[in-house]
Amino acid sequence: MNQSTLPLGSFKEIQNRPERLAAGHRLCAGCGGTIAVRNVLKALHPGDKAVIGNATGCLEVSSFTYPYTAYEDSYIHNAFENAGATLSGVETAYHALKKKGKITEQYKFITFGGDGGTYDIGFQSLSGAMERGHDMVYVCYDNGAYMNTGIQRSSATPMYADTTTTPVGKQSDGKPQGRKDLAAIMAAHNIPYVAQTTFLGNMMDLYQKSEKAIYTKGPAFLNIMAPCPRGWRYDAPDMIKICKMAVETCYWPLFEVIDGKWRLSYQPKEKLPLEEFLKLQGRFKHLFLPGNEHLIEAFQAEVDRRWEELLCRCENSD
Amino acid sequence: MAIKERMSGNEAVAYAMKQINPDVMPAFPITPSTELPQFVSSYIADGEMDTEFIPVESEHSAMSAAIGAEAAGARTMTATSSAGLALMWEMLYVAASNRLPIALALVNRALSGPLNINCEHSDSMGARDSGWIQIYAEDNQEAYDNFIQAYRIAEHPDVMLPIMICQDGFIISHGVSNITLLEDEKVKAFVGEYCPKHYLLKADEAMAVGPYAVSCYGMEAKRAQAQAMINAKQVILDVASVYKTISGRSYGLFEAYRLEDADYAIVAIGSACGTTKDAIDALRVQGKKVGLLKVRVFRPFPGKELAEALKNCQAIAILDRCESFSANGGPLAAELSAALFQAKSQAEVLKIVYGLNGRDYTVTEAEQIFADLEEIAENGMGADAAEYRYIGLRE
Repeated sequence: MNQSTLPLGSFKEIQNRPERLAAGHRLCAGCGGTIAVRNVLKALHPGDKAVIGNATGCLEVSSFTYPYTAYEDSYIHNAFENAGATLSGVETAYHALKKKGKITEQYKFITFGGDGGTYDIGFQSLSGAMERGHDMVYVCYDNGAYMNTGIQRSSATPMYADTTTTPVGKQSDGKPQGRKDLAAIMAAHNIPYVAQTTFLGNMMDLYQKSEKAIYTKGPAFLNIMAPCPRGWRYDAPDMIKICKMAVETCYWPLFEVIDGKWRLSYQPKEKLPLEEFLKLQGRFKHLFLPGNEHLIEAFQAEVDRRWEELLCRCENSD
Repeated sequence: MAIKERMSGNEAVAYAMKQINPDVMPAFPITPSTELPQFVSSYIADGEMDTEFIPVESEHSAMSAAIGAEAAGARTMTATSSAGLALMWEMLYVAASNRLPIALALVNRALSGPLNINCEHSDSMGARDSGWIQIYAEDNQEAYDNFIQAYRIAEHPDVMLPIMICQDGFIISHGVSNITLLEDEKVKAFVGEYCPKHYLLKADEAMAVGPYAVSCYGMEAKRAQAQAMINAKQVILDVASVYKTISGRSYGLFEAYRLEDADYAIVAIGSACGTTKDAIDALRVQGKKVGLLKVRVFRPFPGKELAEALKNCQAIAILDRCESFSANGGPLAAELSAALFQAKSQAEVLKIVYGLNGRDYTVTEAEQIFADLEEIAENGMGADAAEYRYIGLRE
């Protein structure tokens, strides 16, 4: 079947779109970040141009190692903490040059940052860019720690995770704090589109949210849980199962906030116990040692509380 | 006809910004440069400029957005002072290494601490190794003229480096004095259109900016960047000579004031030069052979040219309006001393720190420095005399 005869946005048509992140980059096998980038960029309509931004991190050092770039589109990496501000400059230049008749093409602006560059060191830059209303998408590929520097905790790291700066030891159960709810914070910026997703089934949830984010006028924020085999310590083939369990246990709910209205994208028929997510990952291994049952209970209680809060937000938006 | 006006340094630079009308300006307010984004915002609000202003949430984001905008193909400017420049620090290096000809209007102010809003060169001198061209002004006229010349220097194909146009905080930025402005059309024609070769938004060519480079490539990139700074010296002179044809005003890498036959010289940067000139005029009446070497361009550093201009001097005082905390004098003293050594100069050198945190520098102090130079030239430095000293310090 000819590509152009497929209905736009059908599964086959999307999968047949040319890759905008070329093969040959140096990211790990089983890297969630790569899957996030490939699928978000597939949501760009064929023919539309884009400028891709990127905070410093695994993705950047592995996909733009001089003299090679894996990006088919124009791309800019600036530093760790300023992906938001950098792309806001590019987007503003676009308007300036368009106004002067120097550009006629349609461009979209998408920037990627890990949770370190997004939740933490780049938080101010992100907040500023979203608040100013630039027509751009900020995508966080959230792998829950500073993976590029060797698995240090971030404010996105889940509680009790074993990281190199929250190591499990005689006096330590791993990270003492819960993770920051960045999607909610972005929703509080009152931007037109915020969504949280991960890799499920045929990636339609990720695709649909990416397309909405890209083609909604104004700032949009996508939070994508993107597992890291090194940091989470799982076998690469287990990644999709981990993502599924994250959603089925309600550890990582799928939702959208459109013009301030919260909407749940998926409600598990039967909410699974958190252990189903935790047991697949080496970073939570210590939670299953005898005597640590109370840690899982505390973590479960926190997941339950946040899930109820989300349901409440969605109900109140109806 | 040129326009006669009375303006502060900030008004003058803002006027130059209006005349140039760049594509994008991200900026964040900080004393004493705050007026620059304010004036630009007013010009835009009144339809006198069509620059896209980005009211960023910090100076770090100002420079980050400037890098994004310039890489995208837009002529971009920003303005800052002191802590604002310090917050940009990391990005200054990135702007230069990406070879982005951004213009930054710097209104020099002391870095903390103590927290102080007054003039010092600690901000720009701290950024002297970031890869930016640095040009300094003695007064509002020079601040205006330098800013108009900025893009032609920065965007020159042999250069392609960002440029910092510096003026002394409050002393110049808020001091109102006479100025001659150029007509809009003359400025527009002089500055010209910005037509970069490669940029992110170029329709028929994708481009990637800001790579990770391993050691087998990074060093060559730095060397190419260093060459651009070497090239900038001639370009600055060429641009100045074209500028003279439209303005009638001459600029070089430095200005030698009554220096040709001078035995004793002060070397300084910025507004202190005007004060020093007054002292020189008074001392010349008394028959003293004194002169001034005003450094206009600090990056690229015209070491050979400065040493050559000072070759007949017996004793030289090099003034720094900032500390290096090297226990050996300020940055101008360090770099010029090295240049004098290379030129095999036999002159005695005093390294003087003055004017910190906005402390006044007076004609009397300049005269005292010349008296000290004469004393040293006649009787030698003396065992107890400090080559590195402060002037204007309260007892």
